[in-house]
Amino acid sequence: MPRTIVEKIFERHAAKGTAVPGEIVECNVDLLMMHEMLGDQIARVAREAGLKKVWDPSKIVTILDHWVPASTERVAMIHQEYRRFVKQYGIKNDLGMTAGVCHVAVPESGFVKPGMFIVGSDSHTTTYGALNCFSTGIGATDATIVLAKGTNWFRVPESIHIELEGKLPAFSTGKDVALHLLGKFGTDGLNYKAMEVGVKETTSASVSARFTIGNMGVEMGAKCVIFEPDNELDAWLADHGVAGYKTVPPDPGAAYESKEAVDLTVVEPLIAAPPSPSNVKPASELAGKEVDQVFIGTCTNGRLEDLQLAAKILKGKKIHKQVRCIIIPASRQAYEGALEEGLIGQFVKAGAIVEYPTCGPCMGGHMGLLGPGEVCVSTSNRNFPGRMGAIDAEIYLASPATAMATAIHGRITDPRGA
Amino acid sequence: MIIEGKAIVYDRDNINTDEIIPARYLSTSDPDQLAIHCMEDLDKDFLENKKALAADILVTGSNMGCGSSREHAPIAIKHAGIKAVVAPSYARIFFRNAINTGLAIFECKDPGFFECVKNGHALRLDADGGFIEDASAGRRFEIQKMPPFLQEIIGIGGLVPFARALSKRGE
Repeated sequence: MPRTIVEKIFERHAAKGTAVPGEIVECNVDLLMMHEMLGDQIARVAREAGLKKVWDPSKIVTILDHWVPASTERVAMIHQEYRRFVKQYGIKNDLGMTAGVCHVAVPESGFVKPGMFIVGSDSHTTTYGALNCFSTGIGATDATIVLAKGTNWFRVPESIHIELEGKLPAFSTGKDVALHLLGKFGTDGLNYKAMEVGVKETTSASVSARFTIGNMGVEMGAKCVIFEPDNELDAWLADHGVAGYKTVPPDPGAAYESKEAVDLTVVEPLIAAPPSPSNVKPASELAGKEVDQVFIGTCTNGRLEDLQLAAKILKGKKIHKQVRCIIIPASRQAYEGALEEGLIGQFVKAGAIVEYPTCGPCMGGHMGLLGPGEVCVSTSNRNFPGRMGAIDAEIYLASPATAMATAIHGRITDPRGA
Repeated sequence: MIIEGKAIVYDRDNINTDEIIPARYLSTSDPDQLAIHCMEDLDKDFLENKKALAADILVTGSNMGCGSSREHAPIAIKHAGIKAVVAPSYARIFFRNAINTGLAIFECKDPGFFECVKNGHALRLDADGGFIEDASAGRRFEIQKMPPFLQEIIGIGGLVPFARALSKRGE
């Protein structure tokens, strides 16, 4: 029977060798990613469970990203607990606190290959599906089970297929595609489902844009987002030193719960207004609203391509004097690339605040929290009330182009008119 | 498994994990500390309201628990004294995390229940029979049955105690 990509990956990893949608199967995991949740919770759960050794230290990648460098004494203790665990269990692939934000640094470091079955201790683990693999988020207890056995139970998801057609207009980005899909599906339209994405013209969605779309799939409730393989994917993997993989295309005639085409040529700059990522409006409709802060970074939009786009919009202009513009490259690679291309200098000289790679203020961590009633345009993925600080602060989610145009003008600005 | 208690109702879809336990409290993993801030960004008087109603069954709208993978969310709810959650649907990570941490969680697809149930109503959940009774309204509705092994995991307090019990029994 012809199968979708996720069905093929599940079948290859299911302990019993078959997997059909709706069925609950035990699967072998190829890679487990853990961040601060390891030091905060997983290490404790593992201790309570009496974990003696991990199933395969080479299939585990650990990284600190949420609060680096440590923002409080308590966080420093979480980091200590994490390091103790890494040492005690002989974890081979520890990226520590200098690699950047997990969902950017882990694929850039070459750990992710097409066809893999990946779980991570973070809901945005859906991001890696840009590289044609299954990848999803789990909690601390589930992560502990994987640590011990290398397996866990999963429900085989039904698939929906999205075909991206045509080319994006200038100033529209992968973020706008993600927001377009959120406007269409809402915050639970894809609950439990696999979103399989095909890109008709290879040049119309860069791998960087695909990471952004994969990242925000979880905001629609998706269990995973998986892109079809193509030349663009092969080129990206070669650039990042990944070899020896086999891509997984869907079978012709595979059964989908639904199939839709998205015409990229009509996707305009979009913004998700509070209180939900699915409250999507054209940037032009919100234009003129004064802002206090602009944040460019995160696992959604802190890649080098995002920083290049922000710099292109900035070109010779200054950050508006009433705006705090915080820019955080999401990985060491993005940071070094931005340094070499002179982007960091441009940002700093224009009046922006540039920080070392971390999740920063995205989930209310550190480096730029919001006070009562403040307004922020952010390139992150969630705008739930209270997420970045005060409960009544307003968070508007946008692309790096819209965010930088807004930072220059001090008001929400459609980048096409900036 | 039978669970009896009184309802506290939030007729809101998409209650997210930032509302259940804001990220500003995530640098603690002490369940009792988390419980103090449970639902704070949805209703800052949650604990007082719950106490006033003597409620211990949380009823919410659909896609309950959407957002992050933080296990702190079901832990906070459980340690705030909630014995069970009833909603039309859940976000998938929250659903797993709830069972894994021993929070009883039920799907009810009948919109009639959510129209009927009010704050303080006396509820009776039957996990094997697959129904919920609203005694205050004198009505009964279908809920998703819970398989015995999930009942056992919840009954013993979560997946870790469950695994420990299995290894003691030599399974």
